[in-house]
Order: sequence, then structure tokens, then C-alpha cells
Amino acid sequence: MVHWTAEEKHYITSLWSKVNVEEIGGEALARLLIVYPWTQRFFTSFGNLSSASAILHNAKVLAHGKKVLTSFGDAVKNLDHIKQTFAQLSELHSEKLHVDPENFKLLGNILIIVLGIHFPKEFTPSVQAAWQKLVGAVAHALALGYH
Amino acid sequence: MVLSESDKANVKLVWSKVGSHLEDYGSETLDRLFTVYPQTKTYFPHFDLHHDSAQIRTHGKKVLSAVGEAVSHIDDIATALSKLSDLHAQTLRVDPVNFKLLNHSFLVVVGIHHPTVLTPEVHVSLDKFLSSVADVLTSKYR
Repeated sequence: MVHWTAEEKHYITSLWSKVNVEEIGGEALARLLIVYPWTQRFFTSFGNLSSASAILHNAKVLAHGKKVLTSFGDAVKNLDHIKQTFAQLSELHSEKLHVDPENFKLLGNILIIVLGIHFPKEFTPSVQAAWQKLVGAVAHALALGYH
Repeated sequence: MVLSESDKANVKLVWSKVGSHLEDYGSETLDRLFTVYPQTKTYFPHFDLHHDSAQIRTHGKKVLSAVGEAVSHIDDIATALSKLSDLHAQTLRVDPVNFKLLNHSFLVVVGIHHPTVLTPEVHVSLDKFLSSVADVLTSKYR
């Protein structure tokens, strides 16, 4: 189980309260597909991903980004039970979606950069460190169900 | 990995904005590196690693200046950084994984200070460029 200090929990929950899940989630997923184009392999049904502009305005990408970040919010609400919270999603990503867990790390780091862009004042090194720990914990939890 | 002409233009655009802040941004990049990835401090047992220390400012400027050299010679980064590549292989021997951590820290700094510059297109170009620099610096490791 991940151990969080009170400070880390505060950094996470207070920044989360400012996050527009639709906006940040959409941008994070779009940037993942743009910066690491091989990740597009999971989204062949999403239509036009032929350019950065197309990806940024792709309704399916934006909707899915919102879905992913909404799910991320479950981690924020259950910081002391992240493994359990993502047990089913882990099974899904392994058995149904066949996603290499490396991708969870890539998305986590993209989310960090997007948070920095949108919250320059709040995203101090200590806040970043707390959030890196969170994205790492989520990535780890999602990878646990693989066999 | 090949840098396209638009990648090179994007990187030079970024550098036009950050080039005059190498000490500030270098210091902040290292600060974030050491805070977020404490294991990276093991390479600096001889440093005062307090936030904004003179050593961190100097070293941060040095690191980003070298990246700047790569920007200036973006068509032949390997030649431009050949001596640094030797240094990292023979003397410093920083584990290759750490270049990714440093590059990520720098991307966060650019995003925070120049959000409108770090569009997704520029983001991918800068990420590719920084990866190329890391490849050059670790190219003679074995």
C-alpha cells in the first residue's frame, strides 16, 4: 500500500478540486497520441488521427480522455485503497484491451506536463512530486492484474 | 529517430524563449529532478542541493547551455556533443535512465513558464530532440 503524508494528500486533493476533467483529460489523451504516436494503435476505431490538429479536435479522443481522467479521480478519492480501486480496470486492460503497462507510465507523465501547463502557480516541485507518486501508484495498480 | 525540419524549427522556437533564462530554468529543472526523483541526488554527494543553491544554479546553467549547443548544431548533435559524450561514458557514467528523468523535468519547466509555446506539436518535437541528446550522451557507454 502506498503511504501518503498529510501534505501529499493535501497537494493532490486541492489541485484535483481545480481540475476540469473534460478539458484536462481530453488534452492529456490527445498529447499522448501526438507525442507518442505508437499509442494510436489502441484507437484505430477513433477516426481521424492523421495530424495533431485532427487529434486535438477528435470528439472520440476528447470523450475518452474525459472518461480516463474521471476514472483517475477514483484514485484521488481512494488514496489509501488504490490497488483495490483499480483491480477490475487492471483485469480489463490486460485481458480485453491488451494494453502494455508501459503506456500507463507514458500517460501519467503527459498528465503531469498538462497539469504544469494549466496550474503554473500551484505546480511547485513538491506538488509535482506528490502527483508523480500518484500517477506511479495508478500505473502500478493497473499493471497488477496482468498475468 | 530523425528530427524533421519542422521538429528543428520547433526546437529553435522553444530556445528563442528559454535561451535567456538558462540559469533560472536550469536551476528549476534540477530542483524538480532532485525533489521528484531523489535517487538522482546520488550523483551529487559533493553538492549543496538546497533549493536554489549557487551550485545548483551554476550546474543547471551548464547543463542547459550544453543543450543549447545541441540546438545550435541541431543538424549534427553527435559532433557538437562528442566531448560531453566521452565525459559521460568515461567519467560521469550517469545511468541512462536518468536522462529521461531530466528531460521530463525540463519539459515540465518549459510547460509551466511557456504554456502557449509548448503546444502538442512543439511538445513532441522537443521530446524527440531531448531524446536525441540523451542518445548521443549515452552512445559511447559500451
